[in-house]
Amino acid sequence: MKEVTKNIIKKDAFGLMLGKPVYTNDLAPKDSLIVKILRSPHAFAKIKHIDISEAEKIEGIECILTYKDVPKNPITRAGQGHPEPSPHDWYILDEYVRYVGDEVAIVAGKNENAVTKALKKIKVEYEIFEPVLDFEKAEEHSSIIHPEKEAHSMFEIGFNAPKNIAASYEMQIGDIEEELKKCEVVVKERFYTQAQAHVAFEPHSATSYIDMHGRLVIISSTQVPFHVRRIISEAFDIPIRNIRVIKPRIGGGFGGKQAVHGEPFVAAVTLKTGKPAKLIYTRQEVFESTYRRHCMRFDVTLGATKDGKLKVIDMEGLSDTGAYGEHALTTFMVAGSKTLPLYNKVNAVRFKGKVVYTNTVPAGAYRGYGAIQANFALESALDILSQKLGIDPVELRKKNMMNEGETSPIFKIMGEGREGAEMIIKSCKLNECIEEGMKLIGWKEKYPRIKVSETKVRGVGMAIAMQGSGIANIDMASAILKLNDDGSFNLLIGATDLGTGSDTILAQMAAEILNVSTENIIVYSSDTDLTPFDTGAYASSTTYVSGHAVQLAAEKMKKLIIKEGAKKLEIPEEKADFDGEFIYEKDGNKRVSLKELATVLYYTENQKQLVADASYVGKESPPPYMAGFAEVEVDIETGKVKLINYVGVVDCGVTINPNLAKVQIEGGIVQGIGMALFEDVKYTQNGKLLTNNLMNYKIPSRMDIGNIIVKFVESYEPSGPFGAKSVGEIGIDTPPAAIANAIYNAVGVRITQLPITPEKILNAIK
Amino acid sequence: MRIKLKVNNKTEEIDIEPHEILLDVLRKLGYYSVRRGCDTGMCGICTVLFDGKPIPSCSVFAARADGHEITTVEGLEDAKAFAKLLSEEGADQCGYCSPGLILNTVYLKKIGVKDLNKAKIKLIGNLCRCTGYESQHRAITKFLGVTK
Ligand code: FES
Ligand code: FES
Repeated sequence: MKEVTKNIIKKDAFGLMLGKPVYTNDLAPKDSLIVKILRSPHAFAKIKHIDISEAEKIEGIECILTYKDVPKNPITRAGQGHPEPSPHDWYILDEYVRYVGDEVAIVAGKNENAVTKALKKIKVEYEIFEPVLDFEKAEEHSSIIHPEKEAHSMFEIGFNAPKNIAASYEMQIGDIEEELKKCEVVVKERFYTQAQAHVAFEPHSATSYIDMHGRLVIISSTQVPFHVRRIISEAFDIPIRNIRVIKPRIGGGFGGKQAVHGEPFVAAVTLKTGKPAKLIYTRQEVFESTYRRHCMRFDVTLGATKDGKLKVIDMEGLSDTGAYGEHALTTFMVAGSKTLPLYNKVNAVRFKGKVVYTNTVPAGAYRGYGAIQANFALESALDILSQKLGIDPVELRKKNMMNEGETSPIFKIMGEGREGAEMIIKSCKLNECIEEGMKLIGWKEKYPRIKVSETKVRGVGMAIAMQGSGIANIDMASAILKLNDDGSFNLLIGATDLGTGSDTILAQMAAEILNVSTENIIVYSSDTDLTPFDTGAYASSTTYVSGHAVQLAAEKMKKLIIKEGAKKLEIPEEKADFDGEFIYEKDGNKRVSLKELATVLYYTENQKQLVADASYVGKESPPPYMAGFAEVEVDIETGKVKLINYVGVVDCGVTINPNLAKVQIEGGIVQGIGMALFEDVKYTQNGKLLTNNLMNYKIPSRMDIGNIIVKFVESYEPSGPFGAKSVGEIGIDTPPAAIANAIYNAVGVRITQLPITPEKILNAIK
Repeated sequence: MRIKLKVNNKTEEIDIEPHEILLDVLRKLGYYSVRRGCDTGMCGICTVLFDGKPIPSCSVFAARADGHEITTVEGLEDAKAFAKLLSEEGADQCGYCSPGLILNTVYLKKIGVKDLNKAKIKLIGNLCRCTGYESQHRAITKFLGVTK
């Protein structure tokens, strides 16, 4: 392979790094009205009266909108396929406010000063209700967070608003109770994971204007431009054809931008005033009023025989979706579907639970998407079981885990929001991942612990994980290739590069098929007017799903080139071939260069534009796999944990661009480390987020992470483009469990609640 | 009030409000490499060189910069060389944090830092959420000529 599997430099590398204006705020029209949002100071209240008269008088204010001024169409902000598996329970503005930071009014003015002043002058009278702040008390709470009759689900998702339930799910294979009776060893434990914040460094940003045709144009830092277009159309009752969404460069997403955030507010202002508008979130707003990870609680029961055969997995979960039910059902189902198949030899498995509303920051998509939460629970429980059995945790996993050529009934039963897709795993090198990881961390020498000094102990721990590659039968992508008159190609894709380098990777794939250099492929991604449809960058779908579409389009283009080349050479099509530079006669010596053919095609002979397009929807979602190994040093006097080494060995099929794949994994691991050790979300008693800036919400710095060592094992996924699977999410999944297991192995305390702070360790030691 | 700045060796004069922040004024002047990542001086993304030394431009009043020299990544000679190393490691993910990191690292080279651990400590305030830092460190090692 010439272009694929090469470390090609990102197409946008220098533009991004050397400060070209590329992000939404750089591209917003210079005369944009500044938009800011008046936000609720109460966790749960009804607006009794709102007086904007004083605010309107401030010089420079152009428009102030309250719930009375915008359509009240229930939508979901979640950028998912249609119909969405998330309840429609959100309104552009509403008379109810459901968390501290919820939107009360939209203010737009000529400058920042005026708008800030106006925000202070708006007088709101609230009827305050008792908020639901504890997700374990949400069900059947006396306060009902969504009492409005408009809220509904698009299909059956277990939505039960009067009980504060956004979604619920249950599935079972075999008889749990009967099988448990037969087990010699049983483990039962409860685990909690917290609400991690994404902290993508570019804050959520959107700008809008009306174009010369009177259409609404939105430029937005989004992972899902086509979903944004559809949702805005629903929210405002304007036809999709009258909206254009442009995605420029994005400063990180991680799932946080798989939704509409600022778009409805700038759109409301532009539609009202006819003027350009922009809304750039402050860091505080990003924390308080966009998305965070769903906190979850899992009760895990495992049953096994004495010789370490896992027979039963029973997981009951409770998930906290915050004030709105975005991704409520799907993150919860993924928690099951992306962990349970890891141990596919059990006799009985059950997964059930509820996703409840609370009056806190709404939860949404975040890298790992449920899988990381359940992985922490299941992979911690597995280590507890290994202790009870007296079997090395690595051996226990090897005995019970999935192998190549095997399947799991879970694949068919659990999809994202509906049934999944049956599949036999054609590529799974977990075994090799584990072997390699053990070597790299030095498991044999270091397990379980080494005493470093009187007060310091080092321990190693591990966990395995799987993810998916797009959502089978739902995620759709398409690509268009266009030949230019100099022999170069435009690749138009709806796929959304968030900084991962997907534009480059997709160009590499096209180049590989066409046998040209990646430089010859000019990529334009994500503009709903100009690029073909793509469900967006989420669920680890870009390489696998969008990549497939690109591959197919490139194959078509190659055929077109051969066909037109043959015509030019005046030979039958079957006799012609294309080597990337020339279209040539297979057993003869006629040839024409692509460059010449292109010029001729457009200016003189057989004149026609060559365009090829293709679409793809995955029939299955082959999982990438990973084994993660942590080496920690615990100070038993202070409870402080120092991460010494983290080894991640990954099977993601063929790496299209090994460098970029590696950085994806490294970045994922570090976010996972943050979730395991630092990232802590705290609220006041009244439900205001305390950790609403980077002083109080600590993400890993370069000194917190020790050594990160990432390796890929060789594997080939036959259903993937060029043998590739996805790589976007898997990296984040193992650190919480692997680090918790390492801490246990070091000092014998089992922390079941993330993040694992020194305080928790010290309390447990004492 | 009117201030005079020398940005990337070009003299700029601009009317500002007394409370305006250097970051915003630089963006107004069209230096889009200067970006806001936090509001609290914690992320290092808005770094510029102020009379040759790195500072977070989000935490400085523009008025204080009157008469001073500011360098952004657009005007930094060594920026391209380091950016090339970063890109070769795939360390340019979303790129939002890159200008700040580049300014700080180029400064480290200027003051002769050659030890990776020292460099890491100095760069502790340059946060990145995408890369997980290791690829940056591989590029920094090459750029500073770190000797083991
Ligand atoms: S924006 Fe200046 S330090 Fe974060
Ligand atoms: S590359 Fe995205 S924050 Fe550093």
